[in-house]
Formats: sequence, structure tokens, C-alpha cells
Amino acid sequence: MGKDELITALYESLGESCVTAPDVAHVEIHGNEVLGIHLVPGLEIEAQERRDGIEVEIRVLAGARIEQPVRICFGLIPESGVQRIGMQTRLEAGARIAILASCTFPNAIDILHAMNAEIEVGPGAEYLYLERHVHGREGGVRLVPKTKATLAEDARLRTDFELLRGKAGDIDIDYEATCRARSVLEMAARISGRGRDRIRIHEHAHLAGEHARGVLTTSIAVREQAEAEIKNTLIASAAHARGHVDCKEIVQDQAVAHAIPIVEVRHPKAHVTHEAAIGSVDSKQLETLMSRGLDEDQATDLIIEGLLSPAYRGR
Amino acid sequence: MQSMDETPATSVSHPILEIDDLVLDMGEKRVLDHLTLEFWPGHVHAVIGPNGAGKTTLAATIMGLAGYTQFSGDIRFGGESLRGLGVDQRAARGITLAWQEPARYEGLTIRSFIGAGARDRSEAALADVLARVGLDPAQYLDRAVDRTLSGGERKRVELASILAIEPRLVLMDEPDSGIDVEALNRIFDAIKHLKARGATVLLITHSLAVLRQADHAFLICSGKLMKKGLVGKIEEFFGDACLPCSHQNEPEPGKRDRDLRSVAEDGQ
Repeated sequence: MGKDELITALYESLGESCVTAPDVAHVEIHGNEVLGIHLVPGLEIEAQERRDGIEVEIRVLAGARIEQPVRICFGLIPESGVQRIGMQTRLEAGARIAILASCTFPNAIDILHAMNAEIEVGPGAEYLYLERHVHGREGGVRLVPKTKATLAEDARLRTDFELLRGKAGDIDIDYEATCRARSVLEMAARISGRGRDRIRIHEHAHLAGEHARGVLTTSIAVREQAEAEIKNTLIASAAHARGHVDCKEIVQDQAVAHAIPIVEVRHPKAHVTHEAAIGSVDSKQLETLMSRGLDEDQATDLIIEGLLSPAYRGR
Repeated sequence: MQSMDETPATSVSHPILEIDDLVLDMGEKRVLDHLTLEFWPGHVHAVIGPNGAGKTTLAATIMGLAGYTQFSGDIRFGGESLRGLGVDQRAARGITLAWQEPARYEGLTIRSFIGAGARDRSEAALADVLARVGLDPAQYLDRAVDRTLSGGERKRVELASILAIEPRLVLMDEPDSGIDVEALNRIFDAIKHLKARGATVLLITHSLAVLRQADHAFLICSGKLMKKGLVGKIEEFFGDACLPCSHQNEPEPGKRDRDLRSVAEDGQ
């Protein structure tokens, strides 16, 4: 398959068409090969191919405001393979960027996708990173995303990990963030698991600067024999730091879920709260939708779709 | 055949819904006690009675909700017994229910909620049913069916979802519960619309204002049918005999706790 065909196949598996707008920066990576790259002023991306993956460096220049969200597409079309991504992202002071990253493995039977990311968000910079996964029905994917982020003074970082289409497979998420004064961190993960999926999420954030704020939100739905474990830790060690940890898990069938929110306060003027809820789909919600003609599976899917939607953040 | 003062005038010779000697027990308590009722196509019927009379239980049993499926007697819809049919199977035959306290759905948009089961899922059709209950589609379609909606808004959204599925029989449990006058008028308009479309409506109520929306009514107390007939006659009897009555029905087991929980949740 040629490069253009692979790019088309990657986007088609996402239900999208190729990015062609000149003011939209985009990168397409299949396995260890860069298929396409298009940049806009203020944004620098360098990619180096490795034996079984790729190293990507992203730099947003000081003061640059990238207007259109940048599209990055990672994936593997074959049934098996390894894709290791090393990604260093640096936003210089006052920069702003949104990246919509899609990871697609539509035919996966035996695939390892490992991501090691380092993020530096400079003073007053703003970074939005949305990572959406699309897997095949077999769920033969092992995902190991690891991220280490540092937020400088007045910086903002929001990450949103979504895996709602296809079987999750085996997921091991490990995110860590350190927040300096007045910075704002939001980390969210929304995952639907079924079959024998195994989902582990460990998020750790340290509100180290005065007036730093952080929210860790995780919403998981597991069905059949799937298992999920969430361990989110939020530490506040500076005056007026504020944080919240929210874990919500919906369990159906024989699935099992664990939620361990950990909060630690090391300063008398800091404040951190947490909430964890594990339960099944509410019977009244279910019967209402069934009284509109949906069968039980359709009604359950719709309720879970709502719970895992970006609009719902465990309010 | 019943006399004209007991049965709504109709050109159709068969009732759409027949409750035949229905008995339902909850634990030691008999909640529905040999009820026999008939509902006619294209008419608005009311089942009125004091709290704990068994009205909500009757609606839940017709809909086939969990916990309300073990009964003796029969419920027939269009001549077919509903015994053994699940909620979705009854819905597929055209029966639906508007809850006294509609469910909330965190994260689910009104668009998705109304679209579920709708005959026509086009933007125009969804907007039309929302407008019909007095909610501006531009403001509401992308809102979530969650706690940010008031009780009255949730009831209207639920009614919009019912209009969208074009049902044959709508069971409405306490349609005036927890809503203001304007919302109630919208709900009454929707009832007229359903009737104009040929649907049968069964209003569960203890309110005379709601009763007056019906063509025909049944008065029940302690799970028993006390009286049936045209609305004026039932209203007079209910006002004279039931409202001053000191007899207290026992709420069905668990219902009071559920109601209290709903109120508490709404207050959050």
C-alpha cells in the first residue's frame, strides 16, 4: 500500500476524510513511518523514524497562537505489529495549541502501541491534547501510554483520552503532572471496556505552586468480563492550591471495577476533594428508554454513551 | 356493553386496552384488587384516586416494569395479552409511559434522548416536538437531560420524547406533579395533540384539574374500582365523597421511600 493509500485508510478507519485545509497542520504516522506532515507558522515538528516506532518533537514558538486544532493520526492498518512513539512537546511562553490525536488500529489482533510523552507547558501557555482511540472488534491491542507533564506559572493543560469505539484490549495508562503557581490542569479519561478487556489508569498530579488548580476525571464503563482499575492521586503542597479527583465507573454483567482516589494535602491552606462512584445502570433510566422502544442493550449503550460523553464530567 | 354514561361515545366497537380482573400483591398487601377496566381508542381516560390507591402500580403493571409483572387476571392490548412481554416489547406495540418523576441522564443530550425511538429523527422533527411542549429547540436540543433541568423542564422533555415516538397508548403518571402553571398548560396541549393524532391517553392523577382533561374516568381506592363514568360525574363524587374522606390508603411498599429519594435528589 502506498503512502497516500495508507493515509486514506487511516482516516477512513476513523470515519473521516483526509485533512486538506492549508491552515490546518497535520501529521500522519503509520507504524514507524511518517506518511505526511504539514505545518503552519509558529509550529515546528520533527519526526525521526526508529526500528519499531518514531520520535516526534513538537515545539510551539513563544507567543504563537495556533488557531486551528492540529491533527495527528497514529495507527497501524495490519493485524499485528509494534508502534512505539516518543513524543516531546514544548510550548514556549504564551503559546497556545490544540492537538487532536487519533490512534487507530482497526484490524488489530496483536498490536502493541506504546507512547512515552513529555510535555512542557511554558509560562502562560495553553495546551489542549485530545487523544481518541479507535480499535477493531477483536480488541487485540495493548496500549501503554505514559506521559510526564510540567506546567509552568499560569500555564494550562487539558488532556482527554477517549476509547469508546471497538474493544479496548489491554490498557495501562500512566500520567504524571507537576503544576507550578496559578497553573490549571485537567486530565480526563473516558473508556468503554467489554469482553476480556483490562483497563488500568494511574494518574498522579502534584499541585506544587500557589493557587494551582487540578482536576482528574475518569469515567469507565465495563461490561461482560472486563476489568478496570483506577488509581488517581492528587497532592497539594502550596497555599490556595485547589484540586478534585473524580472516578466514575459503570459495571454491567460480570465485569469488575476498582477505584482508588488518593488525595494528599501538605499545606494548611490547600484544599483537595475526591469522589468515587461505582454502580450499574439505573433501572429507571433503562426502563424509560425501553418504554420508547429500545431493547435493553440499546438502552444501556445510550446511557453509557451519555456517561462517557465529553459533556459529562461527573458534575 | 356498558351504558353510555359509563363508556365514552365511540364508533369503535372494541376497547384498545382491557384490564381483566387484575390482582397484584406486594408482600402481604393487595395493591390491585380485582380491577376490571376498559380504555377506548382515541380517548383520554383518567384514573383518579387518593394517594396509595394503586394508580401508579396500575400504570407500572400495564407497562410491565420490573417488580410489577407477577399478577393474576389479564391485561390485553388490541386484543393481545401483555402477560410475559417485556417493557420494550410493549413499547413496540405502541404503549409508553411518562413517569411522575422523569429519569435524569448525565451527559445524554436532549437530542439523543428524544431521538431514541423517534419515528423521525430529523432535526426538524426533533425541534417540532420540543416546540410543541414549549421548549425552544435552539436552547434545549444540545443540553443534557441532567440535574441542570428543572423538574418541569424534565417533564416536558419526556413528553416531547413521547410525542416523537407517536405511541398508541400513553400512560401519564401525575402529569401535574412538580410543575408550574405554564408547563402544565403545555402538557395539557400535548395531551390534546396526542388525542387528535388518535392516541389513547391514560392520566393517573389525584388532581381535579388533570381529571378535567379526560373524557372518561375511573375512581379507584385501595386497589378497587369504586366508580366509573363521564368526568363530571366522577369529579362530583370525588369532590363530595373522597376529598373529605378520612380513610387513608397505605402507600405501596417502598413507594414512599422512592418518592422521598426523588425529592431529595431534585433538591440537590
